[in-house]
Amino acid sequence: MKILVCISNVPDTTTKIKFTDNNTKFDSTGVQWVINPWDELALTRALELKDDASTGVKSVTVGHVGTASADPTIRKALAIGADDAIRVNIEPTDAYQVAAQLAEVVKAEQFDIILCGIESSDFNGSTVGSMVAEFLDYPSVSAVSGLNIEDGEPVITREIDGGKEIVNVPAPFVAVVQKGVALEPRIASMRGIMQARTKAIKVMEPVDVDVLTEVVTFEPPQPKPECVFVEEDNPEKLIELLQNEAKVI
Amino acid sequence: MSVLIFTENWDGKFKKLSFELVSYGAKVAEMLGTSAVAVSIGNVADDELTKLGKYGAKKIIKLEDELFNIFDNKSYSAAIAEIAQKEEAQVIIIANNNMGKAIAPRISVKLKAAIGSCVSKLPLSTEPFVVYKKVYSGNAFAHVELKTDVKIITLAQNSFDLIESSNEATIEQASVDVNESMVQTKIKDVDKQTGKLLLTDAEIVVAGGRGMKSPDNWTPIFELAELLGGATACSRPVSDEGWRPHEEHTGQTGKIIAPNLYIAIGISGATQHLAGVSSSKCIVAINNDKDAPIFEAAQYGIVGDAAKVLPKLVDAVKEVKSK
Ligand SMILES: Cc1cc2nc3c(=O)[nH]c(=O)nc-3n(C[C@H](O)[C@H](O)[C@H](O)COP(=O)(O)OP(=O)(O)OC[C@H]3O[C@@H](n4cnc5c(N)ncnc54)[C@H](O)[C@@H]3O)c2cc1C
Ligand SMILES: Nc1ncnc2c1ncn2[C@@H]1O[C@H](COP(=O)(O)O)[C@@H](O)[C@H]1O
Repeated sequence: MKILVCISNVPDTTTKIKFTDNNTKFDSTGVQWVINPWDELALTRALELKDDASTGVKSVTVGHVGTASADPTIRKALAIGADDAIRVNIEPTDAYQVAAQLAEVVKAEQFDIILCGIESSDFNGSTVGSMVAEFLDYPSVSAVSGLNIEDGEPVITREIDGGKEIVNVPAPFVAVVQKGVALEPRIASMRGIMQARTKAIKVMEPVDVDVLTEVVTFEPPQPKPECVFVEEDNPEKLIELLQNEAKVI
Repeated sequence: MSVLIFTENWDGKFKKLSFELVSYGAKVAEMLGTSAVAVSIGNVADDELTKLGKYGAKKIIKLEDELFNIFDNKSYSAAIAEIAQKEEAQVIIIANNNMGKAIAPRISVKLKAAIGSCVSKLPLSTEPFVVYKKVYSGNAFAHVELKTDVKIITLAQNSFDLIESSNEATIEQASVDVNESMVQTKIKDVDKQTGKLLLTDAEIVVAGGRGMKSPDNWTPIFELAELLGGATACSRPVSDEGWRPHEEHTGQTGKIIAPNLYIAIGISGATQHLAGVSSSKCIVAINNDKDAPIFEAAQYGIVGDAAKVLPKLVDAVKEVKSK
């Protein structure tokens, strides 16, 4: 069984978000790039499954659509334990375009399980994973917070309103994962970092795909008005403000 | 031409979210000079369906085949895509929740329709068609042009006010070309809490952080939530410590919510926490450190020891509620 983990390369979560070129481009000066947090959990779970011989998982590959500038992030994934990586060499600008490229990667290499994160922390699309499934006509399960393989069959936990369902779909399939799928992201060991240097990042040239969306401009959030402070021994005042000014209770 | 709105139901009932979607869809239809059509999948009684009309749907299409009793991403998206084509939908509107995120992207690929996800305002313009969406986990917004003839919008919860009208809708039964073999999801087990107010549905949320010091101090948080008819939540370290269940953790890696009122008690207001709650209409912070970043996001604040402030606040709410 082969797993592909699709990773998105995103600014570290503590990055101060700024734009340049008249608010049309993200300002990446001084930004530290990391594996998207959910993709890190997906990778961790894939490696846990591979560690358990009973699952039959033989390899974990990471897939990325992006330019060579993402290679350090891909190396990080290799250092954490992925066996190899495939990068499709095109600047990602649109979910449809990214998903179409990832689908080509799957067609070329035939994976049994494709893992994507629920959203990228930069574009907040929540779209690429399920799009990949549709391009391939594979079943997909979303909001996945648990993934196991028992007797060769996937056992998938998905979150539904107010609870969970345990579901099964036939492989090959796409699972769009969120928190819970692994508890803590696995970190690279010294040995992993050394080994990563010799692991392969295969570069694929992109196929020709239409881009369906375009960011016209970015907008920093509206500055919030100053906080109104209420004396600690006067909670009645707070309630009055919530009732009469904010009108929320 | 039409604007098609997919309205999910919960055990045969709609929620405020469904009415938000229809209100929004009706407005988009108005902008485009066309009419709003709602699609409901599963068993919903006609008097429940009629409610969608009150928010501006001119027609309601119901699809009741028992094939849809199992939520399967492929069959649901195929059904909606087919109806969208029959109705010549220019825009398809879907909630940006678990179900919406599972099917909207599939419909997008099927119809080659550009998708604007987690949208929180009406389109900024229709020619070109530009939507307003959250990016960088709430640290910015983007104006995104959807360049295809058919467009899909997934609407963020609690971002659009309900608009009632005197409109009456017609109800139509639909059938689609979806069969058993397409449904590949098999449900093995369900673990559902019933009767409890869901964090994602709550209009008021009372949340505690590490500043609460111990799980034994949670009683006033429960009381406050109960009195206000709200749900309880927590920061990530609180759920990591096992003080509160994981379902309650809000933030970038937890639940993303947008209640009317979010009361953060003993929560510092780290960017990762705010990423999950900053869309709340009103944030109240109680913290003993006047420089805590949560006060930058808050509309109202009390600087003080939670252990002392909370009981007084609970009493004050009791007082008001008893009037
Ligand atoms: C990749 C990543 C993802 C993350 N995702 C999330 C997430 O989704 N959600 C999340 O919450 N965190 C998340 N975090 C963690 C986040 O960075 C913070 O560490 C966390 O939110 C802090 O929780 P806290 O505010 O409860 O605790 P602390 O930061 O310890 O703050 C406690 C606060 O309580 C106040 N306090 C102390 N005593 C009292 C008292 N007696 N009365 C009143 N106030 C008092 C203090 O002044 C302080 O402001 C994430 C971190 C990373 C790196
Ligand atoms: N450029 C990319 N390369 C590889 N995978 C990606 C890329 N962008 C997004 N993904 C995957 O799709 C998921 C959701 O991204 P998004 O739809 O942008 O929110 C991410 O968590 C990744 O698993």
